[in-house]
Amino acid sequence: MGGDLVFYGFALLTVLSGFFVVASRNIVHAAFSLLFTLFGVAGLYAQLGADFLAVTQTIVYIGGILVLVVFAVMMTRIPRADAPRRGLDRAVPAAILALLAFALIYMVIVGTRWPQRATGAPEATVAEIGTSLMTRFVFPFEYASLVLLAALVGAAILIRERAPQDDPADADDPAGNGEVRS
Amino acid sequence: MTAGLEHYLTVSALLFGLGLYAVLTRRNAVALLMGVELILNAASLNFVAFARFVDGGVDGHIVAIFVIVLAAAEAAVALAIVLAMFRNFGTVNVDSVNRLKR
Repeated sequence: MGGDLVFYGFALLTVLSGFFVVASRNIVHAAFSLLFTLFGVAGLYAQLGADFLAVTQTIVYIGGILVLVVFAVMMTRIPRADAPRRGLDRAVPAAILALLAFALIYMVIVGTRWPQRATGAPEATVAEIGTSLMTRFVFPFEYASLVLLAALVGAAILIRERAPQDDPADADDPAGNGEVRS
Repeated sequence: MTAGLEHYLTVSALLFGLGLYAVLTRRNAVALLMGVELILNAASLNFVAFARFVDGGVDGHIVAIFVIVLAAAEAAVALAIVLAMFRNFGTVNVDSVNRLKR
């Protein structure tokens, strides 16, 4: 079936590029692999009939968060000599732990009889999501907007350049700008 | 074999394992954050898969939307911290930023 081929394509894209995110020594390559991982997950969302979510994933993750990550990579680029190295001393236990976690989850996935329902053709979800967000989920929705506002203001304060010296508030409270000075 | 719930859950478990490995091994703070993004994506994928095959509604989609919103907030704050760290310590290696410990 064509749908299954699409599923396996997106699943392969997701997992393979996810592997490159983890394995690549070059942080820029990892960031660009993350693009394909996020795109693969968006494809899987589309396969699951979550049309709105697939578009949101593409816009917010790929268009927003990934650009932010790439900017951070560019602004914190350090000379090769100082590049963080990965020791084998922690790679092996970490690999064992990650494999164990995957094995445990996989055993649960295979061993459980999930209560499945018959799935028909997926329908458009935009209207239903909008109605739910404005009725049952209206408080989480408002809280999310508050969290976003607070987080973005906090981020802006955190990376602000040091305020000019003639700023009286800054002279009274040198730590008030939120920066940790050594 | 037609792609069912278990297939999506397996992809999600693989993503989670990869993200866990990245969080455990990476020393670059930005790469660490990428591992966290992988784990968040794995979780939302589970929610959407269950919404399709078990629940049938859009509740799972809404949880996934909130995960995306919180991931955006988290990325903004974390990357601001990384930039402040780079400005003050000259490195983004999470192992060498341990002044509070000493």
